Amino acid sequence: MIGLCTCLILAGCSLQGVKPWERGALAQQKMQLDPSPIDSYLDEHIYFSKEGATGGAGVGGGGCGCN
Amino acid sequence: MQLNNKPIRQSLALATATLLAGTSMPGYSADTGDWEIDSGILYYSEDGRVSAIEPVIQLRKYLGDEEAISARLVVDSLTGSSANGARATDSPQTFTSPSGKKTYTTNANETPLDPTFRDSRVALNTQWDKPLSQTLRGVFAFNGSVEHDYTSLGISSTMAKDFNQRNTTLTAGFALSHDSIKPLGGIPVGMSAAPTSTSVSKAEEGSKDTKIVSDLLLGLTQVVGRNTLMQLNYNYGRDTGYLSDPYKLVSVMRNDDPDTLANTPYLYEKRPDSKTRNALYWKLVHQFSEDVLHLSYRYYWDDWGLSAHTIDAKYRYEFAGRHYLMPHIRYSRQYQADFYHYQLSEGDIPSYASADYRLADMSTTTLGLKYGIQTQSGSEFSVRAEVMTQQSEGNAPFPDVDANIIQLNYSMTF
Repeated sequence: MIGLCTCLILAGCSLQGVKPWERGALAQQKMQLDPSPIDSYLDEHIYFSKEGATGGAGVGGGGCGCN
Repeated sequence: MQLNNKPIRQSLALATATLLAGTSMPGYSADTGDWEIDSGILYYSEDGRVSAIEPVIQLRKYLGDEEAISARLVVDSLTGSSANGARATDSPQTFTSPSGKKTYTTNANETPLDPTFRDSRVALNTQWDKPLSQTLRGVFAFNGSVEHDYTSLGISSTMAKDFNQRNTTLTAGFALSHDSIKPLGGIPVGMSAAPTSTSVSKAEEGSKDTKIVSDLLLGLTQVVGRNTLMQLNYNYGRDTGYLSDPYKLVSVMRNDDPDTLANTPYLYEKRPDSKTRNALYWKLVHQFSEDVLHLSYRYYWDDWGLSAHTIDAKYRYEFAGRHYLMPHIRYSRQYQADFYHYQLSEGDIPSYASADYRLADMSTTTLGLKYGIQTQSGSEFSVRAEVMTQQSEGNAPFPDVDANIIQLNYSMTF
């Protein structure tokens, strides 16, 4: 994990860096890490109740007696 | 000059936000004081089993300078039959309902399903997004949900710190919830006999119990280029308390005939009272001209011995006129928990056992398609349809679970 983080940080630093005025694409809703929070919430709920594995994308989704 | 034209105002707001903000805070194209409604309704239906209707509505108010408050309300109604954990046999089987007041019978060679399953759930989430400095943002949330036999109260917080001209963001988050379980008919003693007639009572260890669920998350988000974003998260979780399913059974078969039920044919399942979870999650978002790919992979493992590889991909095709089509594929391969048993053998009863197929060797495959259309005022309507199949990947011959999912979404800002 630490190694991967270090690689990513170094990769980020070694890039020239995207300037604020170059972020037109990145600022769009469809380019966000979670562009559809309602879809993500409902999917998390389905898979939390149907599988043994959970988590990873974020924290604090709320509890449920379904699993 | 006053700008009354909403699309122009939003475009300018988006451009300003683009210059001033990072990339990980969504939705800041709205103006200060604007309200945003995000809503959806989900219909989930398994062939011959559970079906659920789940409406969701989220209200968000933008307070300016990237600060926002929001509330999400969810109502969940489930009906239908749920697998009770026992295996199919070549003769009919009779079980008592969770309350112990009724019985139900499963036909020969059919997987036992409890037809008395009904549930409803109301969940409320409130959230405050607060910039703490030019490069530090906080999200503070409260979650609460109520079911007839389950209550959950939780808090969570995530802090995000930008570095490297906002091309790198480090995230740290925690969540803590206190859950109360009060099952119909009380908490059965794990690994004790489940009654097969209403004249016999089960062994109980009280009417209610609790569970504490805690999570820590460390994440790194990196802007890789003008059109590419990458995220890597590590999630550590710890659950303690009552972690069994009070309604699930395990079949006990005769030593000399593994297809014939023993004299004590069913036991209540029992899981360990603690679990340590880990998840490593990677996500890539990349834009090809106008189309966008969202690709993620998760590796999950816990000290129950369960692990899973999950890959998820969505590709958003943009059409002229603000339409889009988004195919979705998700595949998860799960490896079973140490105490998962399809059935037990009389005289060889372990300390912990569960026949819940959700802890078994299995795969889940989901295929879906979403269509969305955006108006000039910024509202969006979308519909998605998905099919999900779960199947055994090990020796346990439980039947496939096939589900259909339909969802409608509508969002608007005003």
